[in-house]
Amino acid sequence: MWARAVWLTSRGVLGGCQAFATKANPQESGRITAAVIEHLERLALVDFGSREAVARLEKAIAFADRLRAVDTDGVEPMESVLEDRCLYLRSDNVAEGNCAEELLQNSHCVVEEYFVAPPGNISLPKLDEKEPFLHS
Amino acid sequence: MLGRTLREVSVALKQGQITPTELCRKCLSLIQKTKFLNAYITVSEELALKQAEEAEERYKKGQSLGDLDGIPVAVKDNFSTSGIETTCASNMLKGYIPPFNATVVQKLLDQGALLMGKTNLDEFAMGSGSTDGVFGPVKNPWSYSKQYREKRRQKAQGESEAADCLIAGGSSGGSAAAVSAFTCFAALGSDTGGSTRNPAAHCGLVGFKPSYGLVSRHGLIPLVNSMDVPGILTRCVDDTAIVLGVLAGHDPKDSTTVQDPVKPFMLPSLTDVNKLCIGIPKEYLVPELSSEVRSLWSKAAGLFESAGAKVIEVSLPHTSYSIVCYHVLCTSEVASNMARFDGLEYGHRCDINVSTEAMYAATRREGFNDVVRGRILSGNFFLLKENYENYFVKAQKVRRLIANDFVNIFNSGVDILLTPTTLSEAVPYLEFIKEDNRTRSAQGDIFTQAVNMAGLPAVSMPAALSHQGLPIGLQFIGRAFCDQKLLTVAKWFEKQVQFPVIQLPELMDGCSSVFENEKLASVSLKH
Repeated sequence: MWARAVWLTSRGVLGGCQAFATKANPQESGRITAAVIEHLERLALVDFGSREAVARLEKAIAFADRLRAVDTDGVEPMESVLEDRCLYLRSDNVAEGNCAEELLQNSHCVVEEYFVAPPGNISLPKLDEKEPFLHS
Repeated sequence: MLGRTLREVSVALKQGQITPTELCRKCLSLIQKTKFLNAYITVSEELALKQAEEAEERYKKGQSLGDLDGIPVAVKDNFSTSGIETTCASNMLKGYIPPFNATVVQKLLDQGALLMGKTNLDEFAMGSGSTDGVFGPVKNPWSYSKQYREKRRQKAQGESEAADCLIAGGSSGGSAAAVSAFTCFAALGSDTGGSTRNPAAHCGLVGFKPSYGLVSRHGLIPLVNSMDVPGILTRCVDDTAIVLGVLAGHDPKDSTTVQDPVKPFMLPSLTDVNKLCIGIPKEYLVPELSSEVRSLWSKAAGLFESAGAKVIEVSLPHTSYSIVCYHVLCTSEVASNMARFDGLEYGHRCDINVSTEAMYAATRREGFNDVVRGRILSGNFFLLKENYENYFVKAQKVRRLIANDFVNIFNSGVDILLTPTTLSEAVPYLEFIKEDNRTRSAQGDIFTQAVNMAGLPAVSMPAALSHQGLPIGLQFIGRAFCDQKLLTVAKWFEKQVQFPVIQLPELMDGCSSVFENEKLASVSLKH
């Protein structure tokens, strides 16, 4: 019976299959410099908020580093599982729309048919100018 | 009546044994009684009753729309529903009322289904426990089942009630709890890494993930565009087939749906399985797998073998990298998808008006929880110019290797793969939250996310109760676009296994018509 044969052969730890053990690689920690933090916060427009968040990112990176062990020479990146099919186009006819009023209703700040935004082109304060969360 | 399958209730409606309004009221009343499960975020009582009245008119005239006419269903709260608040269990979308229905929601409504409400989830569908939404965690109905409670009484002394509370699985835990507690007959979930199959396994339900491209994602608030699919949760496979028949098919509003024609279908009842070849991926036998699930997996394989099917061991060599690959691709796509939440056109907006950047930053800090923010930041890290090749593109290459693993196996004559769905049965909430979301997601998704990366159909079937009296699910994986074949095999398995119905004596008081299902030997309806 195949089942017995499989379970009886010694299958302790499948070679390196620690799919989710979260041991932060000590060599990797500390690569998140203040400059990287600032850069990421600016790009993401989301702040870390705490030291724990930075530590979580470091763990996430250490986790992702395991990909290096895979040999991907000559392998093309896969963007979609439907890559063998053609993305089709539909005819350029207007089928719906004219719902400006409905759409404007969802916004907090609207003037006539405009969404209102605060002034742009003003950069966020630099790390040393604003409240340093890292010290809080 | 509420304990019946969708098909049975549909017949009852057609025969006039019960009217849609009566059915709707029963479900609404049960939703109220089961409020403590926290399965629903929004209960659309008025709408459901109005739809029920319309369905009743149709039945009176003998013009029912089909099998779903008048059937109560629930929808996960990351599907847009016109006029009904859609929050994704996040502060970012609290109060957001979409002006349109997701295609899958529209299809259900066009068939006359009654929308009971929007169900709870992990915030933005990120998680595997339904514990991280702003409306609180979902409780697994099995925490209150006779089966579980009796085993606990035998075992534990002096443990508080709170310790009993089990997670429902995630991220579609609310949908799973809603169906499992009989408040509706089917529910929509979403599946990006296992979010429909995981809670199905923990709540003893059929959790189906269709092939990527079969069901429209228009209106499903996206997490990972290349992996998301709407999922279906029901109490039996025939019900899943009914719902899939309605939902599947090309949608001009979703360019990632394939154009192949799709017809509703009735699942054949397989009488023999001796033409079937079942593959058992050896890499899925991980040390962390609980011994109960492992033995159940083995028994299931034995079941197919003794029925005449060919059961062979197969290899998916890149399995150990799939969770890492998923982690990189998921956070990267999330970083992109969450960029739309800036407070300008919809959703939460903070009070700061100094500059757009400051407004966006504060809005997003207030709107997103730690999990979402963590993933956005990780994703942005992997997408940085200096990291793009080494992380994002590398993960895309590994994705191809993983998808190819599956293709190779199916090309070698295997029809269906059989694997566990989760590492163990549902754990108590207090134990679950001891580890952070990423760790838990990595554990919860381990058997399920490779399927999303390859875009294959998969279904979690309730297999048996554990020694603690809790459901354990097993997963069947099929070839792309062979969803019907997959469900046919699942239906055969369901018949062999005869998974017990959950007994919730505290909820079903007095009314003996609830459990008319002949599968039940004896049920004590009084507490």
